[in-house]
Amino acid sequence: MTTIINVPHSLEDKSFEQVLDQVAPLPLDEKIIVDTRHARWASPYGLTALLALAQSRAERPILYVPEAENVSTYWSRMDFFKHAAELYELQGRVKSTKAAETSVLLEVTSISKSDDVHGVVDKIQQRAQDALVKNLNLDAKITMRFTMALSEVCQNIVEHAGRGGWVAVQTYTWRVRLGGRKVVVIAVADPGIGFRQSLESAPGFQKKERWDDGQALEETVMRGASRFRDPGRGQGLAGVRRFVGNWDGKLSIRSGTARIAVLPKGDWDEDEPLVEDLSYFPGAQVQITIPERVA
Amino acid sequence: MINHIDVSSMLRKSVCELYSNLVTRPTGAAVRCEIELELDRIGDRALTVIDFSHVGLLDFSCADEIVAKLLLQYVSIDAPRREVYFVFRGISESHMEAIEAVLERHKLALVTQHADGKSRLIGIVGLEERRAWEIISQLGAGASADVADVADAIGLSSDDAERMLDTLWRRRLLIRYDNGYVAVGSATIPSQPTRLDA
Repeated sequence: MTTIINVPHSLEDKSFEQVLDQVAPLPLDEKIIVDTRHARWASPYGLTALLALAQSRAERPILYVPEAENVSTYWSRMDFFKHAAELYELQGRVKSTKAAETSVLLEVTSISKSDDVHGVVDKIQQRAQDALVKNLNLDAKITMRFTMALSEVCQNIVEHAGRGGWVAVQTYTWRVRLGGRKVVVIAVADPGIGFRQSLESAPGFQKKERWDDGQALEETVMRGASRFRDPGRGQGLAGVRRFVGNWDGKLSIRSGTARIAVLPKGDWDEDEPLVEDLSYFPGAQVQITIPERVA
Repeated sequence: MINHIDVSSMLRKSVCELYSNLVTRPTGAAVRCEIELELDRIGDRALTVIDFSHVGLLDFSCADEIVAKLLLQYVSIDAPRREVYFVFRGISESHMEAIEAVLERHKLALVTQHADGKSRLIGIVGLEERRAWEIISQLGAGASADVADVADAIGLSSDDAERMLDTLWRRRLLIRYDNGYVAVGSATIPSQPTRLDA
């Protein structure tokens, strides 16, 4: 049996839940067709999560590519199809292009080992200064901090996921909120073991009375817990939290059936700090959003 | 003897000729091992400048591996590994953020030195200990203070002042010299400009 999964017109972190609601009840070995024909826009989160979705399936899925030429072109520029071709059976016309996309700070990039993180850091440093300082009007100090945050979230894949994942970084204008302010977004997605299973693998781990994905996210993100006994572990995400706090940004991490968010001080986002009972999706999906500074 | 270790060279030597950023734990661990090999060559009693001037980015994982784990081996109240003192140079504002975070996590402290010649004590140190270190540091290059000097300046008993100075020595923030103490950082001359690239 084959099931068609309808992808919403606008694919980002929230609307990706509609995809997972359709996929989660299906057996892993059931063939799925991911239908993006009517997609009009996808955030870095949407694109990286689509790749993680394919990785999570036992049976290679089919991807119907977007019909709109500008969408297909843009996904090509993000290197999405380059990776998708290895994970999906692509159906439809893929518009290839060599033109650079100026809003893209980092195309969809595979992360599976420490060297990949070095590659990402080297690449982003060349592009971040202009994008963050000139386009988003942010203080020059942000460039190094931004790259540090990117490095730490990518390392989570290498250190904890147990399998490879994806990262992408882009600036865009947030039309829904912020009155059209620009944002820069880092998205990292993997289909690995996730936060709960990672903590459960710690030596001597004992489950608390209430123990689920939400608890595991709280322990890790808010209290710096780690599966390693080394007290130096767990600092990466703490550093990322400080970074988003200092720049009025937002950090959200989804793992398993829960999503935790470190919300901005400003009122540009009305997300819940913790959302539970979501449809199950393996691994971890991280999004960091930093808004443009306005006078 | 004052030794100089360029962290960027250690990175290129131990990990990759092309890298200039200190990111990821394996990279940090490899660089620390290379530094430890250098320290083994230096001998049992040494003052070593750890120079970050040519390092681009330092992330939290690497700061933990290089700075915290290095200090943890050589700086211990109970049984420090040899008598090695460190001065950290070429620390940019963004390096500082990562370094301060790991020092806080492990309750460590270290001395940084800046282009103006001034040394600063950063990390976790008690108020009186910090004051004692600053008093000795302000005496200037290589000048030592004894227990009585510090006890008078801070208003402590001689025994308490002695215990405090001994703790600062074991943490390798003071050098024991003749019958007195010299602040780490006051015995070296800065050779690199302060990093301003934040």
